[in-house]
Amino acid sequence: MNVLTEIVQSRELLTNLTLRELRGKYKRSLLGWTWSLLNPISLMVIYTVVFGVLFGNDPGIGLNSGIESFPVWLMCGLLPWNFVSQSLSGSMATLIGNAGLIKKVYFPRELLPFSLVLSLDVSFLIEMGVLVLFIAVLGSSVVGVLPWLIPALLLVVAISAYAAGIGLMLAVANVYFRDVQYLFTILLNLWFYATPIVYPLSLVEDKAPAGWMVTLYKANPMVEFVGIFRSLLYDWTMPGMASVAYVLVWSVGIFFAGLWVFRRFEGRLAEEL
Amino acid sequence: MGDGQTDSSGSAGAAGTGPNAAGSRPARSAANAITVRNVSKNFRLYNDRNQSLKATFSRGRRARYEDFRALDDVSLEIEQGTTYGLIGENGSGKSTLLKCMARILRPEKGSIEVVGKVSALLELGAGFHPELSGRENVFLNAAILGLSGKEVTRKFDEIVEFAGLEQFIDSPVKNYSSGMYVRLGFSVAINVDPDVLLVDEVLAVGDEQFQRRCNEKFSEMRDSGKTIVVVSHGMSAMRTICDRVAWLEHGVVQQIGDAGEVIDNYIAEVQTDRQEDDEGLGARWGSGEAVIDHVEIVDRDRRPTNRINTGDAVTVRIHFDAHEPIDRPVFGFAIFTLEGVLVTGPNTREAGLECARIDGNGVIELTIDRMLLLPGTYDVTVSLYDHAITHPYDFRQKVLRFDVEAGTPHETFGGVVSLAGRWAVTEGDAHPTRSEPVTS
Repeated sequence: MNVLTEIVQSRELLTNLTLRELRGKYKRSLLGWTWSLLNPISLMVIYTVVFGVLFGNDPGIGLNSGIESFPVWLMCGLLPWNFVSQSLSGSMATLIGNAGLIKKVYFPRELLPFSLVLSLDVSFLIEMGVLVLFIAVLGSSVVGVLPWLIPALLLVVAISAYAAGIGLMLAVANVYFRDVQYLFTILLNLWFYATPIVYPLSLVEDKAPAGWMVTLYKANPMVEFVGIFRSLLYDWTMPGMASVAYVLVWSVGIFFAGLWVFRRFEGRLAEEL
Repeated sequence: MGDGQTDSSGSAGAAGTGPNAAGSRPARSAANAITVRNVSKNFRLYNDRNQSLKATFSRGRRARYEDFRALDDVSLEIEQGTTYGLIGENGSGKSTLLKCMARILRPEKGSIEVVGKVSALLELGAGFHPELSGRENVFLNAAILGLSGKEVTRKFDEIVEFAGLEQFIDSPVKNYSSGMYVRLGFSVAINVDPDVLLVDEVLAVGDEQFQRRCNEKFSEMRDSGKTIVVVSHGMSAMRTICDRVAWLEHGVVQQIGDAGEVIDNYIAEVQTDRQEDDEGLGARWGSGEAVIDHVEIVDRDRRPTNRINTGDAVTVRIHFDAHEPIDRPVFGFAIFTLEGVLVTGPNTREAGLECARIDGNGVIELTIDRMLLLPGTYDVTVSLYDHAITHPYDFRQKVLRFDVEAGTPHETFGGVVSLAGRWAVTEGDAHPTRSEPVTS
């Protein structure tokens, strides 16, 4: 596919654009990169108090890890969610934010949303690293989590492709209709509560009045993404093959669909911006 | 119109006049660096630009728009090693064509084939991140223009030195002056070492010293066989730097050919309708006891004109009105190029004309037997001073603008004046055959 070759050829530019995102991100802020950790930590405290303490959600004991901690269980789902939601809202702004560049220089425009997703990958991995430290300390053995990191990393690749695919579509849609971003902010809220991040999946399965509702609920790929992250990092178990296959199909499918849509509509970008 | 529509085969250049035709230009067989085939490009002109979903749904479609044809079936070939100019009035499509070559815009119809690495100087420093340092931005900008990290590292010092920013390279570019910003952008773009350089009206950047270095860099690139495509309104500059020129009008190619010839035709066509009311373009000062009412140029038949040909006999008539008697006034007359370069500035005192006294209306004439200005557009400034040339009664800048078109002597290499010299072979084997000088 010539789209892919072009992207591979410009990998150096992709690196540079990613570095630009990373370097520019916390410039002129006093705490700099500390914000990248403070933000999830504050969310963790809030959600733990509200959903763990007040609502009394109990994640149970981790199957093989022996961890019993709502904050750790929460973060296994919240970190991937934050990554996806930031990737999508960020991607939407990339084309408009770089209008000057697009109108004046040629380069594969996909690189703009890609570089954003990659820069978020970096903070995602740092956050996951901190989380893994806690898991190692709290778990039944310090090294017990290590074997699960490899599939977890592969899952990061898959979720990145998924986020990039949707990001591409949103980015180009937002150029043509500027209110996509406002509409999407609402949808993002809905999506957050339609994913078992602050409550366990079992809650939905127990309380749903009809079976088809659970099926519909589970059609959301984020349900499976969060589920797999939790089974790898919180329970230290292999996720079900069906779940893995499901997220892989979504990731690859959405990624190429995103590329196709982007290529289809990027022709007049320089004029529409 | 007349001789407009010349086809793209390049036959228009067959006259083979100027030195650039005889010398460095590659033979016809040279490969094309850029091939533009039947390119058409439409822009949507939105009557009501409302980029919202609500507006779309309520209208049942996105937005009402009319197609505006910016390029209409344009075909041209640019040989490797040529410096190629695109000229035309605003809205003629020349910048659009350049952007299509740079792949920024995608034409609806036709194809553009470009051989080799392209660098476009459309806006300097596009893509600079204000918060990042000059150093970081050089790497980023160079990567955007297609340079690998290794190459940037190798050329980094050269880039910074060319921009003259050694001291500031580690401060954020938001603290740069606009000149520094542009210089760094230019320096990166030019050091990308492209095979094809596309330039849009950005030649006039930075101070004089930097401009000179830019021009040196351009000639260096020309000499090393790079292809350069330039869009500019500065006809005299285009005449000097371009080998070949395409003249576009309303998105259609009017003529393609050797630079001098096409530019002459373009000026003849476009600027004939220059209005008399151009008078008073510039500043005016003076004490006003006597004033210059107006200035005109008349031809051999004493008909007022603002279009003359090189070599014509012309007379400049300065109409004055002295409200009170003035002893021994001095009249001055000067010609400037549009870039503000003084070409000549004679006055009556230095020429030995003593007017004892002026009172009331009158006309003073300057007769020029052979106007040796080369084709271009020029401004006239006139003055009326006291005898010591210290006290201005009336000083009128740019009181008149006129065009010079090709005539005899015929020179297409560029420049401002012809020295009307004569060539001869005095030693050696060359047997000169008498031939009529080229006239247009």
